[in-house]
Amino acid sequence: MSDHEYVPSSKFGKWFNDRLPLLTLASHLTDYPTPKNLNYWWTFGGILTFCLITQIVTGLTLAMHYIAHADMAFESVEHIMRDVNYGWLIRYIHANGASMFFLAVYIHIFRSLFYGSYKSPREIIWIIGIIIYLLMMAAAFMGYVLPWGQMSFWGATVITNLFSAIPLVGEGIVTWLWGGYSVDNPTLTRFFTLHYLIPFLILGLVVLHIWALHVPGNNNPIGIDIKKPSKDTVPFHPYIVIKDGFALLMFMIVFAFFVFYSPNILGHADNYIEANPMVTPAHIVPEWYLLPFYAILRSVPDVPEWYLLPFYAILRSVPDKLLGVVAMLSAILILAALPWLDTSKIRSAVFRPLYKQFYWILVADVLILGYMGAMPAEGLYLLIARVATAYYFLHFLVILPVLGFKEKTIPVPLSITEPILGGSPNLAMAKKKESLDK
Amino acid sequence: MSDKKPERRDFLFTASYAVGAVGVAAVVWPLVDQMNPDASVKALASTEVDVSSVKPGNTITVLWRGKPVFIRRRTQDEISEAKSVKMEDLKHPERDEDRAKDPQWLVMLGVCTHLGCVPLNDKGDYDGWFCPCHGSHYDTSGRIRKGPAPLNMEVPKYEFVNANTIKIG
Repeated sequence: MSDHEYVPSSKFGKWFNDRLPLLTLASHLTDYPTPKNLNYWWTFGGILTFCLITQIVTGLTLAMHYIAHADMAFESVEHIMRDVNYGWLIRYIHANGASMFFLAVYIHIFRSLFYGSYKSPREIIWIIGIIIYLLMMAAAFMGYVLPWGQMSFWGATVITNLFSAIPLVGEGIVTWLWGGYSVDNPTLTRFFTLHYLIPFLILGLVVLHIWALHVPGNNNPIGIDIKKPSKDTVPFHPYIVIKDGFALLMFMIVFAFFVFYSPNILGHADNYIEANPMVTPAHIVPEWYLLPFYAILRSVPDVPEWYLLPFYAILRSVPDKLLGVVAMLSAILILAALPWLDTSKIRSAVFRPLYKQFYWILVADVLILGYMGAMPAEGLYLLIARVATAYYFLHFLVILPVLGFKEKTIPVPLSITEPILGGSPNLAMAKKKESLDK
Repeated sequence: MSDKKPERRDFLFTASYAVGAVGVAAVVWPLVDQMNPDASVKALASTEVDVSSVKPGNTITVLWRGKPVFIRRRTQDEISEAKSVKMEDLKHPERDEDRAKDPQWLVMLGVCTHLGCVPLNDKGDYDGWFCPCHGSHYDTSGRIRKGPAPLNMEVPKYEFVNANTIKIG
C-alpha cells in the first residue's frame, strides 16, 4: 500500500471506503511508483493480463455451444465454426489466443532472464510465475484435446502416458487419469472440467504475482534498487498505463493478423480429422509452444547409452522413458531454483558482458530445441537435440553458478538519473553502494 | 519447542488432529476414486472376434477396451523368424512360444509401450511393426528390438472359443 493515507473526496466514497477499502486499493494501483526507465519489454505483464481475460471470455462463450462428449465434441466444434453466430471468430480468437498467450509469456520470461528480475528480493514473484506457466501448459494441453481431432486424441494419449514412466504406480495413475483403459469419453469430460477450472486458478495466482511484485516494486533495465517514490519513479497512472496500452495495441495487431489472415497456421491439419483410436497420425507434434520440452523428452537416449553416468546401475533398473520424462520435467523445474543458481549480485545483463553472451546462446539453444521438437526424432536431428538438451542443463547448473564468481562486471550506476544528471557512472560510488547493499 | 512435559491438552490436540486427518482422508478418497474406471467401462471387459476371413500374412485390428488389438495370422517365414531370435538380443526377453499359444496366431495390444501410439503393420527393420511417433521397431512376435519403447507389445488374455472365434479379455 502507498505510504500516504488515501482519503476519498466524496462523502459516499468515504463511507464506502471505511467499510471496504477498495478505493484505497485503487489509489495504490494508480499511484504505484514505477521506475521511469522501464522499456517495452516491461509491457508484457499487461499484455498477459489481456491474454488471460481474452481466453476466459472467449472460453466461456465457447462453452455455451461446445459439447464435451466423445461422440459429439468434434461435431459441436464444427457447429461452432459454421452455425453459431460469430462462432468462427470466437473460436479462432480462443485457439490463436493460446499461442499469443505463450508468445507473450516467453517474452516475459526471457525479459526476466535478461534483466535478472528473478533475483532477490523477487524470488517469490518468479516462482509464482513458474507455477502460472505450468498451469498454462496444462490448460493449453487439455484445451487442445477438447475438439477431439486426431491430434487431440493422440496428443492426449502420448502426454498421459508420460505418467506410466513412474515406477510401480505409473500404470495405475494413467488408468486413473483416463477413467478407463484408453483415452475416451471419461477423459474428455474431466479434461473439459479442468480446462474450465485452471484459468481461474491462474487468475488467483496472477493476483498473488502482482501483489508480490508491489512489495519490492518493479525491477528495471539497469537492475538497481531504487528509492520510491523518488526522482527515479513515475506513478503507474498515467505513465505506464499509456505505455502498456500502446504496446497492447501493437500486440493486438499481430494477434488480429493471425485470427483474420492465417487462423490455422499455428495448428495442425490432422486435428480437422475426427479422433480415431485405431490409427495414429504419421507424425505427432504438440503445439509449437511446447516444442522445446518435447525435444528434450525425445533426446534422452536408451539406457545402454548412459554408461558414462555414475549411477548407471540404478538407471538400468528403470525404463529409459522415465529418464526422458524426468529430463523434461527438470527442464522446467530447474527454473524455480534459478534465483539461487545465479550467483551474481548484479541483476541486469547490461552490466554483465559475459552473461549477456551466454543469455543469447541460451535463447538460441531453446529455439533449436523447439525446431528439433518439430522434426522427426532420428539421425542428425536427434543428435542436435541431445547436444542442445545437454547445453540447456549446462547453462543453469554450471555456467550460471560459475559466472557469478568469475565474471568481471561493469560498474552499476547509483540511480536511474545519475548517468544522465551526474555524468558517467561513478566507479567509486557504485562500489560504495554495493558494499552498502550487502 | 520447550522442554515442558506433555499435558492432557497436548494429548487432546494430537488425538484431534489424527481424527481430523482420518476424516479428511475418508472424504477425499471418494472424490479421487470417482476418476477410476466406472462400472460401465469395466463391463466392456471382453469381446469376441470372428477370424475366419483372415488369410496368412494378414492382420486385422479390433477395438477392445478402447484400445486396438492386432490379430495377425503369421506366415511360416514369420514364425520361424520369430523363433530363431536369440534371447540375448532382446531388450525384453520373451520366447515366441510364450507369446503365441498357436504359432499361427499372434494376438496383442496394438499399443506401443513407449507412449501409447499405434504401430504400423509390416514396417520397420525387423519385419514386424514400426511406431511412427518416436521410432520403436518390433519384430514378427511383437517384441521390442530398437527404439525408446521399454517392453514388448502386451499380449492380452484371450482364448479360442472355436476354430474361427477368438475371445479377448
